[in-house]
Amino acid sequence: MAQQAFTWPKEGNARVPYRVFADPEIYRTERDCVFLGPTWQYLALADELPEPGDYKTTFLGETPVIVTRGEDGQIHAMVNRCAHRGNLVCLKQRGHAKDGLTCVYHAWRYDLAGNLTSVAFRRGVGGKGGMPDSFRLEDHGLKRLRTDTFAGLVFGTLSPDAPPLSDYIGNDIGGRIGRVMRGKPKILGTTSQILHNNWKLYVENVKDTYHASLLHTFFTTFRISRLTTAGGVAIAESGAHHASYTYGEQRGDNAASDQLYSQIHSLHEDYGLKDPRFLDSVDEIGDGITLQILSVFPNFVLQQIHNSIAVRLVLPKGPDETELQWTYIGFEDDDSVMTERRLQQANLVGPAGYVSMEDGAVGGFIQRAIPGAEEECSVIEMGGHEHAPQPTRATEASVRGFWNAWRPLMGL
Amino acid sequence: MDLAEIARRLELETLYTDYAACLDSDALERWPEFFTEDCRYRVTSAENYEAGLPLGLIYATSQNMLRDRINALREANIYEPQRYRHLISGIRIEPPRTAGVSPASGDSPDLLKVTANFLVVRTMQDGGMCLFAAGRYVDRVARTEAGWKFARKDVVLDSRQIDTLLAIPL
Repeated sequence: MAQQAFTWPKEGNARVPYRVFADPEIYRTERDCVFLGPTWQYLALADELPEPGDYKTTFLGETPVIVTRGEDGQIHAMVNRCAHRGNLVCLKQRGHAKDGLTCVYHAWRYDLAGNLTSVAFRRGVGGKGGMPDSFRLEDHGLKRLRTDTFAGLVFGTLSPDAPPLSDYIGNDIGGRIGRVMRGKPKILGTTSQILHNNWKLYVENVKDTYHASLLHTFFTTFRISRLTTAGGVAIAESGAHHASYTYGEQRGDNAASDQLYSQIHSLHEDYGLKDPRFLDSVDEIGDGITLQILSVFPNFVLQQIHNSIAVRLVLPKGPDETELQWTYIGFEDDDSVMTERRLQQANLVGPAGYVSMEDGAVGGFIQRAIPGAEEECSVIEMGGHEHAPQPTRATEASVRGFWNAWRPLMGL
Repeated sequence: MDLAEIARRLELETLYTDYAACLDSDALERWPEFFTEDCRYRVTSAENYEAGLPLGLIYATSQNMLRDRINALREANIYEPQRYRHLISGIRIEPPRTAGVSPASGDSPDLLKVTANFLVVRTMQDGGMCLFAAGRYVDRVARTEAGWKFARKDVVLDSRQIDTLLAIPL
């Protein structure tokens, strides 16, 4: 076990040994203790699967999963691995299987809830072969996940020990999900990024409110968001989940703010947009919050950047590789002007995003600097040593919160 | 193929060759000049395109938005030095409707639908190379006083996955 030769630094969550991003044993333990452990992970939008028989495939960590809408209208999720010889049952990313799921290898059939309904040649041929009489279909279904839906977002877990989903998310973070997911979602498109870094480096980046206006110079240049604009970070008591938020209006003195930033590389006073229409946004929620980045432990992100709304799923693909999947949404009652606004503002995010492009690379920069530093630690002390909510984004409290939630699961 | 058609084909092949040379030689400030003022430019995946989903990874509705994109790459965005090598082939020109302009498509001898295949190899500063993108352009090309310009360009990527980030346009 990785833990045997490994004691967490005495500074607690304010220090993170770099080995946790590179060690294959830690990665292996994480699969069992985090992704197959008592955590809820995002699987789908409930509206992605409107009709009985609709299915999609996804992952719980690296474990392949099928999500279906059953004949009963309920969402079901199962491990995508035939109970017979372990073949992937569903090969496509999405589809419709009104008559249930059939494994291509030996044609074992399952219903949409994962129950085994038939085995080809179960009685053999001409009285020879076939399954023994002791074989019972009901003992050989697909391994089922617990699923639950929150604000139209379907989550799943393989652990009987995960608390009910609404308790897991909690009222505060739950309310901040609800303020974004107000209507029936309409998918505008999807994309994905391959990141050459451990999945936790991306999650740290999402929870790191300190970097936003420093690394992402586009924001700063146009006074879209500075640490000096009003905002803060909400953090679940366990530290597991967070939501950072920014108010639209610059509340304070621009000149003083400019002076604070003038020593930092990221301010370009003479840079203006020739066609700023893509930044035209409306306060669709009506609470003045223009940016909200929210995470649910371990690997789900909900983004509201002006009127660009997206869910992101962070999938581990090895100790030093991650797939970041984006699903951009609007709502059914959006008019064409609102849809156009969301499409324009999607320029801010994603692999080519004006303010998120750097996030795709910075984790890889850290990953490349780890060799030789496995026993050394990152320093996560902005805003102190705790992970309590703070009325500022000049803090790393929510990053410490992540480690506060991760360490007990890992026994570290 | 009459001489006028041959001339047009050569003009369009030159357009695509120059377009690739512009992006591959880091002459990004010239890139918006390949488009009309009220152009539309979008990078998307085949998955989105075939499902009729409107999202663009880059989504611009004017030439000035393209200029802003380049300014941001030069002045604001942070990414490692890298270069592209575009291989563009299989340029197909849909026959213009000589019997008059179709109101639905806007096709005319001066506004053509053109598709082309592309491969883009990306080379990083340390020499690491990857096949970064494969796909096709689905374009509307307009004849203007300044020559052929893209009135619309949909860059349709075969894969939904982008390695690390997409900085330089395709």
